Amino acid sequence: MHPFKHTIYGALVVLLSFTACKKEDIKSETPTAAKAVLSIQFDNIAGDRNLQLNTGSYVNAAGESFNISLLQYFISNIKVTNSSGQEFVVPADSSYFLVNEANAGSQFVKVKVPEGDYQTLSFVLGVDSLRSTMDISRRTGVLDPSGGMGDAMYWGWNSGYIFFKMEGESAAAPADPSGQHKFRYHIGGFGGYSAPTLNNIKRITIDLRAGGIAKVRQGREANVHLMADILKVFNGTRTISIAANPTVMFSDFSTQVANNYTQLFHHDHTEN
Amino acid sequence: MSKLQWMMITGIVLFLFACSKSEQLVAIFEGFHQPVGFPAPAYKLANNPVTKEGFELGRKLFYEPRLSRNNTISCGFCHLQASAFTHHGHDVSHGIDDRLGSRNSPPIMNLAWNTTLMWDGGVFDLDLQPIAPITNPVEMDETMENVLQKLRNTPPYPALFQRAFGSTDITTARMMKALSQFMVMLVSDQSKYDSVMRKQGVTFTDAEQQGYAVYRRHCSSCHQEPLFTDQSFRNNGLGAGPNNDRGRYDVTLNPSDQYKFKVPSLRNLAYTAPYMHDGRFYTLPAVLRHYTSEVQEMPTLDPLLKQGGHTGFSLTATEQEQLLAFLQTLNDKKFVNDARFAEEAP
Repeated sequence: MHPFKHTIYGALVVLLSFTACKKEDIKSETPTAAKAVLSIQFDNIAGDRNLQLNTGSYVNAAGESFNISLLQYFISNIKVTNSSGQEFVVPADSSYFLVNEANAGSQFVKVKVPEGDYQTLSFVLGVDSLRSTMDISRRTGVLDPSGGMGDAMYWGWNSGYIFFKMEGESAAAPADPSGQHKFRYHIGGFGGYSAPTLNNIKRITIDLRAGGIAKVRQGREANVHLMADILKVFNGTRTISIAANPTVMFSDFSTQVANNYTQLFHHDHTEN
Repeated sequence: MSKLQWMMITGIVLFLFACSKSEQLVAIFEGFHQPVGFPAPAYKLANNPVTKEGFELGRKLFYEPRLSRNNTISCGFCHLQASAFTHHGHDVSHGIDDRLGSRNSPPIMNLAWNTTLMWDGGVFDLDLQPIAPITNPVEMDETMENVLQKLRNTPPYPALFQRAFGSTDITTARMMKALSQFMVMLVSDQSKYDSVMRKQGVTFTDAEQQGYAVYRRHCSSCHQEPLFTDQSFRNNGLGAGPNNDRGRYDVTLNPSDQYKFKVPSLRNLAYTAPYMHDGRFYTLPAVLRHYTSEVQEMPTLDPLLKQGGHTGFSLTATEQEQLLAFLQTLNDKKFVNDARFAEEAP
């Protein structure tokens, strides 16, 4: 038996009870605060251009030109903080979203939060370890391991979600057995279950004050418009070259990509 | 626990046992039992209580070729009951379109006690396990969505899901839970060894008894009773294979896990040849030769196989014979012939 696993079980139990408590707290704390929709728009771009799947051509800092054929990522565990510093955590069962560049609707993440003025938005790029190890009956919707029609965001051989998936073509990538010059970045890793391993779960916090706070009111729909610049995947803390790393999946190097993608998001403006 | 409590528990267990025996004629579904002497299962049965309907649906799914892309390969294709649910005679298994995998298909037995699954432990919950072979291009090469769609369109599945789960909805979770119900029922605990340990009027022969002592000296630290595995990952000195399969390392990315694989159970070895993660040994004498003279020095070689300045351990010819005699007592003929686990006549 693995003592580590018992620790995990214990942690799960404790975490579950916290979640349970938290839900109750939210209900009891804000019985009167009416909730309204907060929309968060994930607008994928490449530098100073709008991202266009397959047809758009872009150049990274390594000087490699490429296009993007697939871009999907998980957004979860959304929290907002209002101007008096109070934090609201979106209930876990309504806080998992899959943003897909091929599906315009998926780029608007909608959550219900109490009416208020919010100056900070925070979310996880990926799926937390608690949900990654939860009973399969609790993993529905975008978390269903069957989802995705061939673009599944799930590794069957090494149980866990792919948090961020980006694929495209570049002359810089070596030819694969089918003759295509593809690059494939599938980034995941929630920290391991029976033994610790890499953790690419990233929490991203965005100050909304410069671009405009979100004024959430019933009868309206505040929309926080974020730009997600996929060039940052290559041009971040570390410059990543497609030629050197055409395929990045479950490997130590994936942490470099994950570190870069924490810089992906920029708050452009808010529509209130 | 007090002696009295133990006696009461034993009494209840014996009572249940007696009941189930006498009622076998009416074929009452007994559900999952924790065999006497076995530890508590690792599988969370509370999240998925085994019912007759769920078990039967799981069995049907296990033998359902629609789980594969071209409806040719079922789970039972590579996990044959007569071979204790492994792929007898195949070093690595062939799946769809005769594509070859890279590892030997492991037996499906006593999975309820597995803390992790697969040779590298990459899957940590039995409910997630079937997704791996279903979506693997060299095994069943199908998407889960297609499988669910096929089942929804194939009578009598909607009715069977209704019987097992209360409505005709066919979801990933329900399909996985049904398969788990079938798989946790595949308990092998009726070998001669088990009868001896339970003092059911059977005794070891002299050779078996001496073989048991050899086993206790050289094998039991990894192949722990009563499951005959401690579920750990170890490098037993096979050396890197031609495909440089690094085993557990691929899951943890921890350099100290390189070339480590799950310690397999020693139960039912008569049915599960060939042996090792890549099926490189076809006979048990070949396995013993490995441990006595072919263990390779490697940075992650298990310390238990590197004692006293040399690799492996020595066994005299007599000890080997005795050990092989003991290992034969771990074969469970009732398990491989249990009609409850067989594919139903169509």
